[in-house]
Amino acid sequence: MAATLRSRLRLGYALNPVGVVGFCIVAFWAVMALAAPLIAPHPVGEIVDFDYFGPMTREFWLGTDYLGRDMLSRILMGARYTVGISLAAVALACFTGVTLGMTAAVTGGWFDTVLSRFLDALNSIPSKLFGLVVVAGIGSSIPVLIATLAVIYTPGAYRFARALAVNVNTMDFVTVARVRGEGTGHIIGSEILPNIIGPVLADLGLRFVFVVLLLSGLSFLGLGVQPPDADWGAMVRENIGGLPFGAPAVVVPSLAIASLTISVNMLIDNLPRRIRDRSA
Amino acid sequence: MKSQIAYLVLNRMAAALVTLLVVSFTIFFATAMLPGDVAEVLLGQAATPEAVAGLRTAMHLDEPAILRFLRWIGGLATGDLGTSYANAIPVAKLIGGRLANTLKLAAVTAVVSVPVALGLGILAAVLRGTLFDRVVTALTIGVISVPEFMIATSAVLLFSVYLKWLPALSFANEVQSLGQLLRVFVMPVLTLSFVISAQMIRMTRAAVVEALDKPYAEMALLKGASRTRVVLRHALPNALGPIVNAVALSLSYLLGGVIIVETIFNYPGIAKLMVDAVSTRDLPLIQTCAMIFCLGYLLLITIADIVAIVSNPRLR
Repeated sequence: MAATLRSRLRLGYALNPVGVVGFCIVAFWAVMALAAPLIAPHPVGEIVDFDYFGPMTREFWLGTDYLGRDMLSRILMGARYTVGISLAAVALACFTGVTLGMTAAVTGGWFDTVLSRFLDALNSIPSKLFGLVVVAGIGSSIPVLIATLAVIYTPGAYRFARALAVNVNTMDFVTVARVRGEGTGHIIGSEILPNIIGPVLADLGLRFVFVVLLLSGLSFLGLGVQPPDADWGAMVRENIGGLPFGAPAVVVPSLAIASLTISVNMLIDNLPRRIRDRSA
Repeated sequence: MKSQIAYLVLNRMAAALVTLLVVSFTIFFATAMLPGDVAEVLLGQAATPEAVAGLRTAMHLDEPAILRFLRWIGGLATGDLGTSYANAIPVAKLIGGRLANTLKLAAVTAVVSVPVALGLGILAAVLRGTLFDRVVTALTIGVISVPEFMIATSAVLLFSVYLKWLPALSFANEVQSLGQLLRVFVMPVLTLSFVISAQMIRMTRAAVVEALDKPYAEMALLKGASRTRVVLRHALPNALGPIVNAVALSLSYLLGGVIIVETIFNYPGIAKLMVDAVSTRDLPLIQTCAMIFCLGYLLLITIADIVAIVSNPRLR
């Protein structure tokens, strides 16, 4: 108990300045996504400016979009879609992938072989193409997007977790647990998971970045979040007409995506070694 | 020992074939899950029960899915790619010219970015820890963690809006002179090069750094060889396998990038064709395009794997 407490304290202290900046930006977007309806200055769908692609003014901090809607409000609400969908998808992908990965490592045999081969094959479909094909087949809605993104990133999480779990699986305490007669569920949950949770969470963070990028890409192609809702990628798409004027409506959503993905990378890269390393 | 290489390579190729089969299965069933009846959708207003039934028989829609899958894959293998739903033109005809356009774009991008990326990667590894290395590393991480369309829009903003050097859009079929060709290709190639170079620089740097950290590199330095000689004669030949591996892997990122780039620049390639087909739900066209992309991707990663096997001196 004392040992876990100490490591938890170190976790807070060992973050270097770059990591802190990353953490602050990530936290900022999380708060914005949660509090969006409270702080958005204008209703999202309402046309508030007679001019379209308006510049940044005192009333419209981030300018207006192609219909004259307030960009600041739209960015704030868009954060909910971008962050929310990505988070749900990555959580689902990592939960499935890590559970399957640990089970495969513990069970071994044909289950492991067949699952590994199948997921490897799934992994060799380029992710954007997979998204395109599914959307073409089933159409785009938020649950479909979450499920598709989760399926695309499950093989990666599986591979990562399996590689870690195979090492832990050879340790004596796992053998002891097995001799004790514990079931697969117990071995996975109580013996292996606590020993790989750090790297798995770091991996979840990096995978989150990929999901945000893919979701934005799909939305940019018009295959992600559908109007009237818009995430940041869809905002770039709908305002692409403002590109020749250098309108803030095109630039700001891209910057929002970049700030989110780069800060997550900064945070994960600067996590204390203890959490990130495979041997932890 | 030679037979061991042959065995590994053959094994890898067999795995690729199995993968291709699983992939085609996945693609077929992902697109066959379409809710609603394809025949009804196609006929639209003219969907009388008799017409729908007729079309269903004609398209083999009333057969079990597994039969349709076998028929489709058999058609692909014998070069019969089916007919587009949207305009009843054979898919092969639609794809032909478009595929050539995309390959042209990919080839130009590869020719431009591979030497630049390898140069930068090796230089960054040699100058490890200097300002140059840190700038290159920071830039590559920046490019990797940003969506492709942002690189494209930034390029348009910089070169056509502020500097006014280039047109924002390009059409490859209006090319008459070399100058025009350059103007059409510059922006898409620039964007794609950024996307794949970032990966290539990172992997090349890692490979060379690893080779330079080996005891034989230190030994060469200690016996008095110059830094250039250590890098060119001792480290590089040993890092060659990983570097070629990195190049093949990075080129596979072209696939993701090309979808965005062709859309944003209106480039008449196969990726644009596919994105358009998604909006009209033209399934035969989507399936074929998807298979072409997966084939290209699989080819590149298999080459990367085989190079890694062949270049491993322990297996020779």
